[in-house]
Amino acid sequence: MKPQAAKTLRAFLVELVVYAILVVGYFFLVLHFLGESLHQLEMRHRYTYAGVAILLIAGQAVVLEALTTLLLRLFSGRSE
Amino acid sequence: MFFPISGAHISPIYLAIVGFLIGILGGFFGVGGSFIAGPALRAVGLDWNFAVGTDLAHIVGKSVVAAKRHRALGNVDLRLGLIMAVGTIGGAECGAQLIQMLKRAGNVNLVVSIVSIAVYLSISTFMIWESRKTLRAQNRKIGAGTIKSAMAKRDQSAFKPTTRIIQRLKIWPMVALPTSGIKAISIWIILLVAFVGGVFSGFLGGGAGYIRMPSMVYVLGIPTHLAVGTDLFEIIISASYGTFTHAVKGNVDILIALVMHTGAAIGAQIGAISTQYFTGPKIRLAFVPLPLIGAAIVIYTLITGHKL
Repeated sequence: MKPQAAKTLRAFLVELVVYAILVVGYFFLVLHFLGESLHQLEMRHRYTYAGVAILLIAGQAVVLEALTTLLLRLFSGRSE
Repeated sequence: MFFPISGAHISPIYLAIVGFLIGILGGFFGVGGSFIAGPALRAVGLDWNFAVGTDLAHIVGKSVVAAKRHRALGNVDLRLGLIMAVGTIGGAECGAQLIQMLKRAGNVNLVVSIVSIAVYLSISTFMIWESRKTLRAQNRKIGAGTIKSAMAKRDQSAFKPTTRIIQRLKIWPMVALPTSGIKAISIWIILLVAFVGGVFSGFLGGGAGYIRMPSMVYVLGIPTHLAVGTDLFEIIISASYGTFTHAVKGNVDILIALVMHTGAAIGAQIGAISTQYFTGPKIRLAFVPLPLIGAAIVIYTLITGHKL
């Protein structure tokens, strides 16, 4: 394997491990607290739930995009 | 892990891995990946209605990540994406109405299955023919002394003469798409392409990126990299609309979508960045198996009677 490819692969694996740790924390902390309240909202106020659902997924996308970009920069020393 | 909204027990690791794989596909090809996500969610016992709605919600998140990355790479035509979103939403509503009509006639499954198999196979066959022809022509030019790096930056297509004829149609109002390198094209042609994609989306389910992305390249003449990025941007709007309507009907478990999206976020980045290392015809050739997978799923459903 070429040294550059090996370096990129190593950086990616490190990023994956860090990301996995953050995501596991996210599963057990945030979703645990969100779960019941979202369930109640889905049962009682469908339109509000629909709006909140879109905001949540779009918000998470923006945050995770920033996080993965930051991790890529940190571990591979470049943005792409 | 228990998801109270849908009442399903699903491993979050499984969801993240499925999201990761679909994220790579979405980032690279500009498709939603519902033909994989739907069966993958069904396989772990999620009801069909939740699989469809939840998949749409996850597609919104994944497309935000991939479109942002493509935008940073200069692969998103915002003007084109916004016009297309209007056509797609209108088309999706018509497709849904068409399904209701066929349901009343009592032959919805057979008609939808046959149409989808024909569409999937036609797209794959056409794209194999076009991309291989284009690649052969490119190789001849490289052999004749054209510089390879210069070739890679231009998006070649064997279908270009037909695309030029379509671009020359002067049906007012015309719109310029400078990001895509198009001086003027009729807004009706853009809306029609988006509308047809939307009809298939409403008719066959999913985002119909397997139809819209090739249509953007071959009918509108958008360079492949831009078609991928713009399609993802357009999917954000149309899938948000779909998510909202499904959520109101009680078909979205947003918690499942959020977990799937943790994998998709990183997969979409990898897919989007990878497009920079491939020329347009190579991306189009690699796209070919996607509609074929869709056709295989429909054939399996027809033969066994089990909806994947």
